[in-house]
Amino acid sequence: MIFNTNLKNVLLVVFATLILSACSTAKKSGNLEGDVYTGKETVKYLASGVPDRVFFATNKSSLTTASRATLRKQAKFLRKNKKLNVTIEGHADERGTREYNLALGERRANAARDYLMTYGISGKRISVISYGKEKPVNPASSPLAWSQNRRSVTVKVN
Amino acid sequence: MKKIIVFLIINCLIINTSKALIEVDITRGNLDPLPIAISPLHVDIKSEDYKDLKIKELGDNISEIIGRNFKSTGLFNPLKKEAFVQKPDIAHLKPRFEDWRLIKAQALVTGKLLIKDEKLKVEFRLWDLTAAKEMTALAFTTTPSNWRRVAHIISDKIYERLTGEEGYFDTRIIYVSESGPKDQRVKKLAIMDQDGANTKYLTLGNELVLTPRFNPNNQLVTYLSYFRNMPRVYLLDIETGMQEVVGNFPGMTFAPRFSPDGKKIIMSFAEDGNSDIYTMDLETRVVERITNHSSIDTSPSFSPDGKYICFNSDRSGLQQIYVMRSDGSDVKRITFGKGIYGTPVWSPRGDLIAFTKVRKGKFYIGVMRTDGSGERLLTENFYQEAPSWSPNGRVLVFYRETKSGSKGEGFSAKLWSIDITGYNERKLTTKTDASDPSWSSLLSK
Repeated sequence: MIFNTNLKNVLLVVFATLILSACSTAKKSGNLEGDVYTGKETVKYLASGVPDRVFFATNKSSLTTASRATLRKQAKFLRKNKKLNVTIEGHADERGTREYNLALGERRANAARDYLMTYGISGKRISVISYGKEKPVNPASSPLAWSQNRRSVTVKVN
Repeated sequence: MKKIIVFLIINCLIINTSKALIEVDITRGNLDPLPIAISPLHVDIKSEDYKDLKIKELGDNISEIIGRNFKSTGLFNPLKKEAFVQKPDIAHLKPRFEDWRLIKAQALVTGKLLIKDEKLKVEFRLWDLTAAKEMTALAFTTTPSNWRRVAHIISDKIYERLTGEEGYFDTRIIYVSESGPKDQRVKKLAIMDQDGANTKYLTLGNELVLTPRFNPNNQLVTYLSYFRNMPRVYLLDIETGMQEVVGNFPGMTFAPRFSPDGKKIIMSFAEDGNSDIYTMDLETRVVERITNHSSIDTSPSFSPDGKYICFNSDRSGLQQIYVMRSDGSDVKRITFGKGIYGTPVWSPRGDLIAFTKVRKGKFYIGVMRTDGSGERLLTENFYQEAPSWSPNGRVLVFYRETKSGSKGEGFSAKLWSIDITGYNERKLTTKTDASDPSWSSLLSK
């Protein structure tokens, strides 16, 4: 029994170490989780407390938990401002071929649009446009800049 | 441009069709370029003035363009004219072969020109110095302002005679001219001769333009424009400047190319975020959907016989290259190597597909057979993509971007070319930064 408890403890320690090391690889720096940007440096606001953009992992268009929270705030804001229409601009980083990036930007913008629609915003109020890698917000060639550029931005049109 | 040069074959010179002793091996690199002497064309003293053309220098200028063309192939070594031993007019009549062999030349180009009645008459001869024989000769007449094209056409004829394959000098490249800081880039459509001369801008830079591609018949270009902030595929007539949007799609259309007969445009259309491949017949305006998949399908390119289409898709997870029949059936993935693959372009010869590969943060331009076998990576860099074939399928032009600093400084985009042998990588001369090149067919065909 004693041996078993000891073994359990050892296993727990090993397990905990594994989890910790997994976290440390996923969280490389303060502003990146995996390679998704989590900082606020480039973020603008549609209204107080309503960020205008969400960020994506390389080659991905799936929404992270943080992105969903941001989009729910946008949906709440749009429900309150019924006459407001928006365009969602989808963007990619510079590390992909131009044409694929146009398609990827389109897919990212639509992922954000679909999420807003599930929260009751009419699709008629939301247009999308993809700029691919043509409009970087951060022109540097660095992993941080690329993470800030992989984004969809909700812009008021009226 | 199509009929500016009228080939009047007033050629009564004897064309020697027998097999020459010199030949250029085009299947390998430039390890042993053939020494060639290009004598300045002799300017006939009876030549009349034509506009502001500097007639006295015309013979030298034409031979210099020919020399630069040959140098650019990597297959030839044009000799310095200071070493030339015979006057142009005398050499053109009948060269003293032993004198030219003395400066180690193996082939010699001679010629003469005359401007009379606002017409430029040119003739040239190609001599095999080893066999002491004339290999080919041609004479033609054109308008004098076309003198640069004359130089390119002569280059093509000589290249064809010496290598046994079609030339690619009398061609143009359309591309996107870029200026301004990286995060506020101004982009315009631009066109230039293959050697960088005669740059013209086709749009003003008011809207973002991308990915221009030539029609095989040279008159039309298809490209993506963000006119009125609606990204759509457009058709532009480069002679008249007329342009129109292609089709009536309710969303973004992009990645356009012509079919090999020039009658259709193949492109991607993004519907509710999902990009599939469509064609539109330019005459009947009939739109056909070619792929129907929840993945991104883009960068389509026809095989030269029009029977197949290569494209890239992320249906397996990441970008890979696929080939299908032109009706969309029989889709097969052809790339299984490590890394991701994009921008497939079918060679005009039909035997190869050029592509961009991304692996471990590096970008490669490569070629493979059309079933995906025999992959060869030709060049590696920080960022490069979008290969386009020379009309004879021997050279690829693509664009390359540099890594930029923390404020975007040090960023540039340039056009480069490389032979499919992997040799002879060259930066093309452009007036501005440049991207998205597309090589035309031979203009004089």
